[in-house]
Amino acid sequence: MAENLLKPDAGGLYCAAGDFWIDPLRPVPRAVITHAHADHARSGSGEYYTAEAGRPVLRQRIGHDDDLISKAYGEYFELGDTRVTLFPAGHILGSATVRIESAQGTWGVSGDFKREADPTCAPFKPFDCDVWLTECTFGLPVYRWQPTGEVIGQLLDWWRECAGSGRPAVLFCYALGKAQRVLAELNRHQLPGRIWLHGAMQPLTRCYREQGIGLPDTHAVGDAGKGEDYGQDLVLAPPSAAGSPWMKRFGNHSTGFVSGWMRVRGNRRRRGYDRGFVLSDHADWPGLVDTVADMRARSVITIHGDGMALAGYLGEQGLATNSWNLRETLRES
Amino acid sequence: MQRFARLYDRLDGTTSTNARVAALVDYFRDVPPADGAWAVWCLTGRRLKRLVPSRLLRQWGAQAAGLPDWLLESSYQHVGDLAETLNLLVPEPQRTQRAPPLQKLIEESIRPLGKIDEDDKRRRVLAAWSELAGTERFLYNKLLTGALRVGVSRRLVTRALAELAGIDSALMAHRLMGDWQPTPEFFRQLLTDQADADRDISRPYPFFLASPLESDPAELGDAEAWRAEWKWDGIRAQLIRRDGRTFLWSRGEERLDGRFPEFETEAESLPDGTVLDGEIMAWRDGPLPFAVLQRRIGRKKVGRKTIEAAPTAFLAYDLLEEDGSDLREAALDERADRLRTLLEATGGERLFRPEPVDFDHWDDLPALRASARERGVEGVMLKAADSPYRVGRKRGDWWKWKVDPYTFDGVLLYAQPGHGRRSGLFTDYTFAVHHDGALVPVAKAYSGLTQAEIEELDRWIRAHTTDRFGPVRAVEPVQVFELAFEGITRSPRHKSGIAMRFPRIHRWRRDLSVADADALETLERLLPKEAKTP
Repeated sequence: MAENLLKPDAGGLYCAAGDFWIDPLRPVPRAVITHAHADHARSGSGEYYTAEAGRPVLRQRIGHDDDLISKAYGEYFELGDTRVTLFPAGHILGSATVRIESAQGTWGVSGDFKREADPTCAPFKPFDCDVWLTECTFGLPVYRWQPTGEVIGQLLDWWRECAGSGRPAVLFCYALGKAQRVLAELNRHQLPGRIWLHGAMQPLTRCYREQGIGLPDTHAVGDAGKGEDYGQDLVLAPPSAAGSPWMKRFGNHSTGFVSGWMRVRGNRRRRGYDRGFVLSDHADWPGLVDTVADMRARSVITIHGDGMALAGYLGEQGLATNSWNLRETLRES
Repeated sequence: MQRFARLYDRLDGTTSTNARVAALVDYFRDVPPADGAWAVWCLTGRRLKRLVPSRLLRQWGAQAAGLPDWLLESSYQHVGDLAETLNLLVPEPQRTQRAPPLQKLIEESIRPLGKIDEDDKRRRVLAAWSELAGTERFLYNKLLTGALRVGVSRRLVTRALAELAGIDSALMAHRLMGDWQPTPEFFRQLLTDQADADRDISRPYPFFLASPLESDPAELGDAEAWRAEWKWDGIRAQLIRRDGRTFLWSRGEERLDGRFPEFETEAESLPDGTVLDGEIMAWRDGPLPFAVLQRRIGRKKVGRKTIEAAPTAFLAYDLLEEDGSDLREAALDERADRLRTLLEATGGERLFRPEPVDFDHWDDLPALRASARERGVEGVMLKAADSPYRVGRKRGDWWKWKVDPYTFDGVLLYAQPGHGRRSGLFTDYTFAVHHDGALVPVAKAYSGLTQAEIEELDRWIRAHTTDRFGPVRAVEPVQVFELAFEGITRSPRHKSGIAMRFPRIHRWRRDLSVADADALETLERLLPKEAKTP
């Protein structure tokens, strides 16, 4: 390939041949959005292309619907001189990877993705490409996920233990994606008590329910009475609520955090959580490495995260590698 | 081992102190004494001799994980703990063996590693990695790589054991002092509620530690009820004379006897059943800088030349045992009287009681404290005249009123990731000052910032890295910090020619630019006269 089809720009990627941006962090005329997390989707752009399944969540996040153009997974559409197709990324509901076919070859772009099964979204679907732009959030071999069932088992043990001593179990997790995945996983089990949601999780969880995803009953903490007894219950809250006055209502409680970062003990101890549950919506190291093979890419560019280790490792396996820092483009201008 | 691993999981799975003590009590109540003894050993911070070099463990770990060595190193830098890194990287066995009890694991699998050759070591370690899993394997690695720090302090372990034995925790603290072997017999003795009969003659008492005084001393009440001493800048130690033998213990419970012949010879004239609390100082007609004492620390055999260049003395300021009876409950004044009488009869030039600081009124003290530096001391100690000799850091009776530290403004030059709680964050910093139109590194500091500042600085470092040398990042010289330190000496080993004692960060000076940072010449002016090279 004489020339790169994509280049870092506006905090995301710019495709000159198609005149569009992928996951820009600054307003642009035309954006292709891989998923609705705030580090990938921002309001203020002209047109938004997104996967059909991601539309309700994205609408919730950017606040309007008029400029949203949604496409089914696997349905291609023309943008400039390119042909673009969205594939399921398995990250959260409606998340996508992007395939761009062009005169400069076929490029695959991941937003965030994972390979583990997730009851709230379609599984990751690989496709052939020449160049694979891969996220690299957990780009070290120490990050290797246990089977989801085991982690949910640990979580339930902890909840039961807390309920046994009448202490609320407060579980911190990201409000979009992780919270609903945990709920959907719990829906398969007998639960020790009720589940409460922090206000930030309410509208997004409703979005998931409306799309027919099976979730257990939940209550809004905001609707609870003053002397509510949470002693048998599980409370889901975003990490930003940890240590805030909002927590006072739970009295003597135990805290947990669900995140891939919990794989490393120091990460958990530094944040001061009692328990860490290693469950991530990102690919682990084997997932990142295996996906490169599944995409049959000859060239790999890491984006989102410290890609030095992954690029170095793949380079030793004979692949052409590079690491791009997309945030850098925001600093320069 | 399973039992110990479950204990670890319980300790690790809570941030509540009471829950941790409860977990320890539950464990020690039912544990077989042979395992309990080793658990006490590990949990109070004692460590096995290093049996396998870390370099070999890394090599074998990389091989077992099928990864290049550099990737194991990057992972280690990220995780900040080798035992944990190895556990995360080496694939978990498909089928695990039942882990042997803790005592068996240590005595039959781990300790023998020291006596066998490299090939056998490798075979044994790889076998353990393929038999153990999860917490058990992590703890095995921890035992191989050094101390087992699991987030419980020695104080908590002492509290739990005292609760279980039904004795005072001061007595338990005493039982845990000194040289003991982790035998079932020891563990049984530890948990008995009977008085200590035939104790180990070398065993020191738990040290009583002063707390920093942050308010005006006048708030302590009537000055007549207080005694003042200089705060000596040496090594806190207990000197024990029992059964015709001398034992010397540092506060870190390291045996130091044999290293300081000049005052140990004098100690031979002390009567049996004497325990002195005091300070080992570098001393020639008065205090010498701590750097001089450093030449003696760690040196087991000393020749005449070393003693001439760095002479030491034991400054006894308290008497804990006389004629074999424990004096710790007696008032400070009484202990001081007895100490004076004792040392007048048996002391010497290198083993003596330093003169207390004379003061009549609180108003006298600030000037005395201000004179600390020229006297070669760290400040003033204030002790209640009627205070007993307590255990550990108990506030109220003993205060240390240190002279304000020196400070300077330095520029952040390099950063390196920390370990443990700080793993994965850039928390170890190198600071520089101006010299001949360049920046020269003068100090490394690890502490002094808040968690929020650490995280902010970490992000800044990642975004402003100019170069990488292994784990070390060079950053744009932009950020200025105010650093505090306790002392300064010449050091030919450092590029700057100076070495600082206990440098730490005072403040992030966002208001200062690099031009405002201090110059090396300013620091050199603080060098003590006698430490200057001729």
